[in-house]
Amino acid sequence: MRIFDPHIHMTSRTTDDYERMAAAGITVIVEPAFWLGQPRTSAGSFTDYFDSLVGWEPFRASQFGVRHHATIALNPKEANDPRCREVLDLLPRYLEKDGVVAVGEVGYDSMTPEEDEVFAAQLALAVEHELPALVHTPHRDKARGTERSLAVVAESGIEPGRVVIDHLNEVTVGLVRDTGCWLAFSIYPDTKMSPPRMVKILREYGLERMLVNSAADWGRSDPLLTRTTADAMLAAGFSEDDVDLVLWRNPVEFYGQSGRLDLSDVEDKEATFAGNSILRGGS
Amino acid sequence: MTTTLDELKAAVPAQGWLGEALERVAADPGAIGRLFPAAGRRVGRDALADVPGWSTDEAARALLLAAVPADRVAAEAEGLYRYGDAAEKRAVLKALPLLPIADQGVPLLRDAIRTNDTRLVAAALGPYARHLDDAAWRQAVLKCVFMGVPLSSVDSLDERADAELATMLAGLVEERRAAGRDMAPDALALLDRLKGL
Repeated sequence: MRIFDPHIHMTSRTTDDYERMAAAGITVIVEPAFWLGQPRTSAGSFTDYFDSLVGWEPFRASQFGVRHHATIALNPKEANDPRCREVLDLLPRYLEKDGVVAVGEVGYDSMTPEEDEVFAAQLALAVEHELPALVHTPHRDKARGTERSLAVVAESGIEPGRVVIDHLNEVTVGLVRDTGCWLAFSIYPDTKMSPPRMVKILREYGLERMLVNSAADWGRSDPLLTRTTADAMLAAGFSEDDVDLVLWRNPVEFYGQSGRLDLSDVEDKEATFAGNSILRGGS
Repeated sequence: MTTTLDELKAAVPAQGWLGEALERVAADPGAIGRLFPAAGRRVGRDALADVPGWSTDEAARALLLAAVPADRVAAEAEGLYRYGDAAEKRAVLKALPLLPIADQGVPLLRDAIRTNDTRLVAAALGPYARHLDDAAWRQAVLKCVFMGVPLSSVDSLDERADAELATMLAGLVEERRAAGRDMAPDALALLDRLKGL
């Protein structure tokens, strides 16, 4: 079984996770730029983070035969801190990188005027740099946040087929289904979405434009829940081809719109450096 | 081991996208900021048969840097490295000995040697490493051995290796032996060559 996790924050994960993911068939991932547990207070803190997403983390992933891509943006929560606003001016440099396959995560956290401004500005950057956009929907006031996100997307002029609306659930899936945008679901141990709930949603809404991710990060989360969901789909009677569509071909099609998805070395285990384990240097 | 700009020009002709990009950079050096990251997507990333150790994108990026007017090239190289992904950083490091910048690129080498990315550490030990002081150079060579980077990546290894490096290597051999771990054959061979210094 081949699995593409279209949303996972590997910066917060260990080499054990990479090993288990590769063993479970998760060989391609996209890591969106987002907030960390600790708020940042300067643009330099962001550029070091972005550098890691296009430098160190892809190298680390490659040691385990996992192909790493990133999405880059100023996230909605930190968009509210004026000290971080200059990050917007630094984004164009990163949006030209080979491994950057979308602008994201953009969207809303608390739906402030600052978030409105930064969200719209970054959708414009997506259009200018010919990249898709990954839209995070808020955890609080989610349904209205999703509606408002869709309105901003429509107003921006970006083609809906180049936008994914993420962290959907039973209440918000219907709002997005007929907009032309892609729909993404984050499978968590006990909050956002679970494998059995996901299977029910796929039965009801179909497989087209559906993405399933683990969104695993520094909180309670599990990088193998894409695989668990695939297994739950099979157990519920979906075919192997259905699983391949949702967990491989759909994310390949969505992020492939960037023209920068590189899957050439996924099967080439020689890409790991001389078979060495993760290289620590100096320790 | 030193590659020349002429060899790169012969291997990656200034045609199509690269030809236009080189003209733009010569006329407007700031244009390199957006062209440099796109090079891999435009010219490909295959290894160059005629220029061992170089790939097509690395050669194109080195040629783009070489097209920047001399008074601007050190600053442009620094900015491209600072905001580069790993492949761009590696291309800047490999281009340094081909640019009219004397020792102004040394801080970039030092940055690369601090990383844990084997591709960057190896690229930092090319011909431009002659500008590194001996202490930094020895530490970098030892780091290669430690990380499993082949010593064939190190330019002028035998000319520069000295008794102090031999002492450092011998210390690592002793630690590895005590731990029951192997030492890379190329490092043992170097140590053997350094005996008697």
